[in-house]
Amino acid sequence: MTDPNIPVTEDELHAYVDNELPAERRGDVEAWLAAHPDDAARVQSWRAMAEALHARYDSVADEAVPKRLEIERLVRQPRTWVYGAIAATLAAFIVGGGIGWMARGAAAAPSAFQTLTLDALEAHRLYVVEVRHPVEVPGSERAHLQQWLTKRCGWAVRAPELAAAGLKLVGGRLLPGAVGPASFLMYESASGERFTIYTVKSAAEATQMRYAAQDKESSLFWADDGVAYVVVSSGVDRGRLTQIAQAVYDQMEKSGG
Amino acid sequence: MIPALRRYARALARDADIADDLVQDTLVRALRSERLFLGGDVRSWLYTILTNLNKNRRRSLARRPQFMPLLDNNPDASGTEAEGRDIARALATLVEEQRSVLLLVMLEGLSYREVANIQGVPIGTVMSRLARARAHVKASLEGERATLRRVK
Repeated sequence: MTDPNIPVTEDELHAYVDNELPAERRGDVEAWLAAHPDDAARVQSWRAMAEALHARYDSVADEAVPKRLEIERLVRQPRTWVYGAIAATLAAFIVGGGIGWMARGAAAAPSAFQTLTLDALEAHRLYVVEVRHPVEVPGSERAHLQQWLTKRCGWAVRAPELAAAGLKLVGGRLLPGAVGPASFLMYESASGERFTIYTVKSAAEATQMRYAAQDKESSLFWADDGVAYVVVSSGVDRGRLTQIAQAVYDQMEKSGG
Repeated sequence: MIPALRRYARALARDADIADDLVQDTLVRALRSERLFLGGDVRSWLYTILTNLNKNRRRSLARRPQFMPLLDNNPDASGTEAEGRDIARALATLVEEQRSVLLLVMLEGLSYREVANIQGVPIGTVMSRLARARAHVKASLEGERATLRRVK
């Protein structure tokens, strides 16, 4: 029921821009804006303001986190996961904000991290539904897979052993990434849940873990030793995802990556 | 979560060192508290701690003479620098609670409800603060541009 004659209040204009307006009223506001160029210009200026804020401050979130803010340092218990609950929650970052932001159709350029998280989610969605051809090289040829991906990607690609977490290596693929080749590994549990690990060269040497969710997919992202890792799954809770990501991280650390 | 907190703190406090101090104090406080183990919305809670710490900091600063940085020494990595400085300068002219609302909604993408909880005020107050903040920043940005034009 769109009736542009019902006056739109200023509160509603703000709510419209901030996605807080009830869905059934959006159409009214859009019709109102079409008929009221002053209000449309105001709404546009708020959007531009948001873009300017992101352009100015998003780079802060992409900086490597200073040493003094590292959780391990703060709890003064180097790399024990006694503080599992806290550390995982703190590590679980919300790129979700960023992705949601892009979903609003903002023109602000996405950060490198957002781009590659989206690439990883995209690859996950595309291949995880495949029954017969999910990978190019099967997990039974792990050594060959690692060798091949390492050669093509240019960094040591290791397929971590996740049997302890109930996951078996399905296999892997080489994918085109935003800044060069990307490796893509798929794992599967006995109950059929699939996890993928996407790695690509990273501009940032090392970052904290960040959490991002979009639709059913959720991901944890981090960079280590100049390589960015994104672990993606569909429909699993954050605890399980964190457990897997932690296992991957620990093995990459150990392998001297 | 830490990068997002740093982003918010930087925009809120406008000084990179003070901002990271705020984040550090926030994390230390969070890690010390047992509330985390009880679950709940950790993200909102961390923003709440940081917002309150900054409020306290400003309250104690208010008793001392103010120092303002002469230069913005945190140049942008991305975006146009001039625009970045404009928006930073416009933010600086806002009162504390309006700046916080503006940043939490527009930069951090929190809902009105979450911001209301963070600030401990009704949603209506959040909305009026946001409206005033937007009007103020808009006027400030436009005023700045007008000045530039006059100079040319």
